[in-house]
Amino acid sequence: MARRQPMQRRVITTAFAWGIGFAIFFPILWTILTSFKTELEAFSTPPKFLFFDWTTENYGIVNERSDYFRFAMNSVILALGSTVIALLFAIPAAWAMAFAPAKRTKDLLLWMLSTKMMPPVGALIPIYIIFRNTNLLDSRAGLVGVLFLLNLPIVVWMLYTYFKEIPGEILEAARMDGASLWKELVFVLAPMAIPGIASTLLLNVILAWNEAFWTLNLTTSDAAPLTVFIASYSSPEGLFWAKLSAASTMAIAPILILGWFAQRQLVRGLTFGAVK
Amino acid sequence: MATRQTGIVGRLAVAPSVLALFLWMIVPLGMTIWFSLLRYNLLDPGNESFAGLMNYRYFLTDPAFLSALAKTLQLVGAVLVITVGGGVLLALLLDQPIFGRGFVRIMVIAPFFVMPTVSALVWKNMLMHPVSGFFAWMMKSVGLQPIDWFADAPLTAIIVMVAWQWLPFATLILLTAIQSLDEEQKEAAEMDGTPALSYFYHIVLPHLARPITVVILIETIFLLNVFAEIQVTTGGGAATTNLPFLVYAQALQQYDIGGASAGGIVAVILANIVAFFLVRMIGKNLEA
Amino acid sequence: MGTIALKNVQKKFGDVDVIPGVDLAINNGEFVVFVGPSGCGKSTLLRLIAGLEDTTGGEIVIDGVDVANVPPARRGLSMVFQSYALYPHMSVRNNIAFGLKMAGQPKEIIDQKVAKAAATLNLTDYLERKPRALSGGQRQRVAIGRAIVREPKAFLFDEPLSNLDAALRVQMRIEIMQLHSALGATMIYVTHDQVEAMTMADRIVVLNKGRIEQVGTPLELYNRPDTLFVAGFIGSPRMNFLQGDVARVLGAQTVGVRPEHLALSTTSGQWPGKILLAEHLGSDTFLHVDGGALGRITARAPGEFPQGPGSPVWMTPDSSRLHRFDSEGRALRG
Repeated sequence: MARRQPMQRRVITTAFAWGIGFAIFFPILWTILTSFKTELEAFSTPPKFLFFDWTTENYGIVNERSDYFRFAMNSVILALGSTVIALLFAIPAAWAMAFAPAKRTKDLLLWMLSTKMMPPVGALIPIYIIFRNTNLLDSRAGLVGVLFLLNLPIVVWMLYTYFKEIPGEILEAARMDGASLWKELVFVLAPMAIPGIASTLLLNVILAWNEAFWTLNLTTSDAAPLTVFIASYSSPEGLFWAKLSAASTMAIAPILILGWFAQRQLVRGLTFGAVK
Repeated sequence: MATRQTGIVGRLAVAPSVLALFLWMIVPLGMTIWFSLLRYNLLDPGNESFAGLMNYRYFLTDPAFLSALAKTLQLVGAVLVITVGGGVLLALLLDQPIFGRGFVRIMVIAPFFVMPTVSALVWKNMLMHPVSGFFAWMMKSVGLQPIDWFADAPLTAIIVMVAWQWLPFATLILLTAIQSLDEEQKEAAEMDGTPALSYFYHIVLPHLARPITVVILIETIFLLNVFAEIQVTTGGGAATTNLPFLVYAQALQQYDIGGASAGGIVAVILANIVAFFLVRMIGKNLEA
Repeated sequence: MGTIALKNVQKKFGDVDVIPGVDLAINNGEFVVFVGPSGCGKSTLLRLIAGLEDTTGGEIVIDGVDVANVPPARRGLSMVFQSYALYPHMSVRNNIAFGLKMAGQPKEIIDQKVAKAAATLNLTDYLERKPRALSGGQRQRVAIGRAIVREPKAFLFDEPLSNLDAALRVQMRIEIMQLHSALGATMIYVTHDQVEAMTMADRIVVLNKGRIEQVGTPLELYNRPDTLFVAGFIGSPRMNFLQGDVARVLGAQTVGVRPEHLALSTTSGQWPGKILLAEHLGSDTFLHVDGGALGRITARAPGEFPQGPGSPVWMTPDSSRLHRFDSEGRALRG
């Protein structure tokens, strides 16, 4: 808006913005830094910023002592598994809703979204009891099932919005060109929908990875993902900040990186189209 | 010909998802309602009996419930104020021409992608620890007495950490909305000589009214269910128990299935009120 | 062969009766243009012929076969869409080849046909490019190439030139007409632009609110419009319509005379008027004249007309070119 004094204003705004950005990012930065300190240095006051004895011992300890890898694998299996299954269900559903809409389609979509709004505590008790009685507690299969159902509305919704952006005329051209329904889907729709499917996969893997209600309540050790592992640091023995930092950094690093790519999808997926 | 065919295929394609979600909705909810009408304790299995609305009466008159409700509303309200207010300001800031805007964006967005348990423990230990925490050090260096967050103001502590996690969400959405403001409108206002504050008040703010409402509604849905942060930091306690945690505690700590189920239904009703408005808003947008 | 017959074809969308009933016979090799204002049903009619929509009633017969249950691909038709509808993830070559691939033709034949189509349309250099790297005109040609290569019985064009700029539109118009001469295939062309209709068509079908107002050659429609609507739609600038005494004297409710059929004079004539506005195009001059009781009249003068706004002018209609219409808007003949 101001074209006068562009440089001065820009510099001030930039300094301000960087300051605030840094302040917001600080907890994460601090965690990463602390992960490279010894426990003694981590707990000492005044806190050291950059000039301390950098060490990677914490990463080693966390890995050996608590079999970090197993928890990480569980996170991957749960996040990826539930999202892929959701995609298998959602791709045909979203296709139908986008390209063969019926009178009820809109209502159906809204209903699906509304299932995401149910408070988990409303389902906690029955699910817990059912899982207990069918040996699904602390099982990867059980949790993949729950996360799948949790994810499904958003996956359907996001795919629906992506499919709607594909011009219908291109599919009609394929029909005129003699493509059967199946060929139309495989040769024309799918290639055009790949970016949308990838974005949906990305966001939902992130959401599933960070899920911290069902994972905390339905797993203990076998199927426990990183969310549970980190939670075990809430009642530790002795000094543990550096180790907590190392474990945390490892737990959040992949998602932070993926999250950067998933920004736009975040807006699309979680505002349910109410913001363009 | 093709149009007739797709109708049937279409219905088959949607069926599995609809069925899955239908079961997911009906079965647990139905069971919770059923349990809420029983006297059912996991420590005393096999002795369930029908109790009618007794569980509801006990639950709703339990002072713990009112406290939990209050904490829930406080948590949701405070986080909404911080995130929406902060979000608008941040969005405006990020809309400015700054050097390294992309980098600032990364820093502001990052907290949303941190898992709640990590966030909670990092805040509780390394930042808010009354002796060795970072905040303690900051306050001491300016001559103030450090706050013992989890002893004196645990709910505030939780509000701070939850707000930190949700600020990026609000910022991103409001930033998207601000950037969708027609460039030509900006230029027209400039030609008209509109001062910045006036421009903000008369043009930007009304444009943001809708996205802000969306952010409020969606955040509310998720904030009503804050759980992990509480479990991992305070493990409950009167000062920080919200409605979901109360239900959880009654179910999996006191094993009072009947009572907890009643509580669960209350939480569902509360959420439904908000959901009603949100679904209506989304529905209106689907027409567009 | 590419004869198409429409017998009482109807189309309803829900409760809305978009096409109440259309009868039409299209001969093999004809270039037929469906023209009319927005919402008149011309695109809908085209899509019914293509098979992209189902009819609610009536028959569509292609070469003697009722195609109601025949899917679009097997009707032997090709369509060129307004937005070109090219497959964005495929090269030009694969776009053109797609239909042949779907038909299961062997690779050598496909390559041959694609090369031929590309040569005809000057696309040989672009065969490996993707649509996003092409200009609007090039994309249009790819869309046409995709249609040609299937050697259809008839081509369907849905407002193909609307997305192009004016100069390109003129050029593409000529190319499409040359294509028609070269291939001799039946072509059905939808447009809202009556200039395209007049220049390209063997016969024009004028549609209004889902009904056919008139079918005829361009000159037939120009010289003998059957209805007020057709008279006002064909010809630019629009025909002048006069009511009142002028019409009553000739036994009609409305009388129409085209701007180009008014002889202009600065001294004398049948209808006096005052020039409001003069549009100088160099080749013609269009005068907008206040004809007093006759209302606003548009007149065309060949070349330059010396007078300007405010000057008096006299207009004399060519009596052999006066059109008379009754109170229903139908032409009165004889």
